[in-house]
Amino acid sequence: MAKKNRLKDLSFGQRIYITEILKGLRLTLKNMFLPKFTMQYPEVKFDPPASYRGRPVLAMEENGQERCVACGLCSRVCPALAIEVQAAETENEKERYPVKFEINMLRCIFCGFCEEVCPEEAILMSKDYELAFTNRADAIYGKDKLLTPVSKLQDRINFVRQFK
Amino acid sequence: MGILELIIVSLIKIIVIAVVMLLTVSYLVYFERKIAAWAQNRIGPNRVGPAGIFQPFADVLKLLLKEDIVPTAANKYMHTLAPMIALFVAFSTFAVLPIGPSFTAFGKVFSFVVADVNIGILYVLALTSVGVYAITFSGWSSGSKYSLLGGIRSSAQMISYEISMGFSVAGVILLAESLRPIAIVNAQSGWMWNIVLQPIGFITFLVSAFAETNRLPFDLPEAEPELVGGYHTEYSSMKFAAFFLSEYANMIISSALIVTLYLGGWQIPYLEMLKLPAGWVVTLQVVAFILKLIFIMFFFIWVRWSIPRFRYDQLMNIGWKVMFPLSLLNLLWVAILAMIL
Ligand code: SF4
Ligand code: SF4
Repeated sequence: MAKKNRLKDLSFGQRIYITEILKGLRLTLKNMFLPKFTMQYPEVKFDPPASYRGRPVLAMEENGQERCVACGLCSRVCPALAIEVQAAETENEKERYPVKFEINMLRCIFCGFCEEVCPEEAILMSKDYELAFTNRADAIYGKDKLLTPVSKLQDRINFVRQFK
Repeated sequence: MGILELIIVSLIKIIVIAVVMLLTVSYLVYFERKIAAWAQNRIGPNRVGPAGIFQPFADVLKLLLKEDIVPTAANKYMHTLAPMIALFVAFSTFAVLPIGPSFTAFGKVFSFVVADVNIGILYVLALTSVGVYAITFSGWSSGSKYSLLGGIRSSAQMISYEISMGFSVAGVILLAESLRPIAIVNAQSGWMWNIVLQPIGFITFLVSAFAETNRLPFDLPEAEPELVGGYHTEYSSMKFAAFFLSEYANMIISSALIVTLYLGGWQIPYLEMLKLPAGWVVTLQVVAFILKLIFIMFFFIWVRWSIPRFRYDQLMNIGWKVMFPLSLLNLLWVAILAMIL
């Protein structure tokens, strides 16, 4: 732990400020010539690591079907009440699928609870962070925008399997 | 010179100084942001024009287009008057500060100063004191607690530091035996700069100048975390811009004052040994003044991004218990010096 310097412990040199001020000035001057950390955003894009929680998406198998079984757990756990799921039956092996799956991106707080609770690894946090809308209706993402091929989400699936 | 000639020459000088001041202020803001960015390992504004050099104009345009809001609880006249006082003070102070020696051209003597007043330094001190009113009025008339607190802090701070500032200046005047800025500069020829002769006075003046211009580490009147925006919380649009402008103009004036009083103004030591033609000497000296000015302004910004803000009690402690006795000590030292020299 760093030693705490109280006023009474300071030496005379430290008390008259001037040397300490010069030290501080030297530090800032040095930093002015060090390399910059800025990323020139629209030209250079940030590639987030797998732990990044971007907008939640639905995983889509190779055959074009969603993994989701419309259990509604994600919608139940979502603290921001952003998810709306409507279930229906299908002929497929899984028997249920969501006819309607909507995430209101104006409500979502990117907490990742939906991903954590999903029994099917069907909803995952993507790396997509460019979310801008010009009206509120646009902010409600339907299945067309949510479905993403599993191949693109492999990074996150590995991460989730390792740490969940 | 006839009276008409005098008026015309003065008018030209005033216009030149006002335009140069406005441009310098806008670029000072730009460099403030740039240097802040560099000190924090960032790049800073770089979108408007190459390397962001048109950023100040974009800022001004934005401020012009903003709605001008006067709070209902505000005293309308005072609220409008305050930024005007601030601007007036900021722009009229530079009139007496010389940026170069007088020279002869077309058989006439010209000088690099709008008004060569024989009580120039007094005039500067008087006007900067008027500047306190701008801040106090704005704080009081806004009808907002944050503004009021900012205004009160500011008046207490400025009054406290004006004393040590005045005593430091007294040391300079004692050596130069004149209140005329040009005479003060001439008294510092060669290496007789006041920073060398009275280093303590220089430090007290520098610290007081920081306090008088409300710059960090003494920016309590506008301490953002506590007071929203301080005395200008309730200002918007061009009235806010006026405060902003005057703040930076005050910074230029303080820097110019420091250069004039302590760094030998336009003087370059040992320049006369090179035996250059008169025109060259004058140009070099003006450039020297500007370079010194730029260095001090850089120093202002540099300090701002290095040192955290003082607490209010620390501010008052330093003002009354450290700066005031130090400036008195300096006065004593200068008095002894004046007897020896
Ligand atoms: S990330 Fe959180 S807020 Fe967003 S949809 Fe999932 S559970 Fe709801
Ligand atoms: S995404 Fe997962 S938790 Fe949500 S309804 Fe589908 S299967 Fe259930």
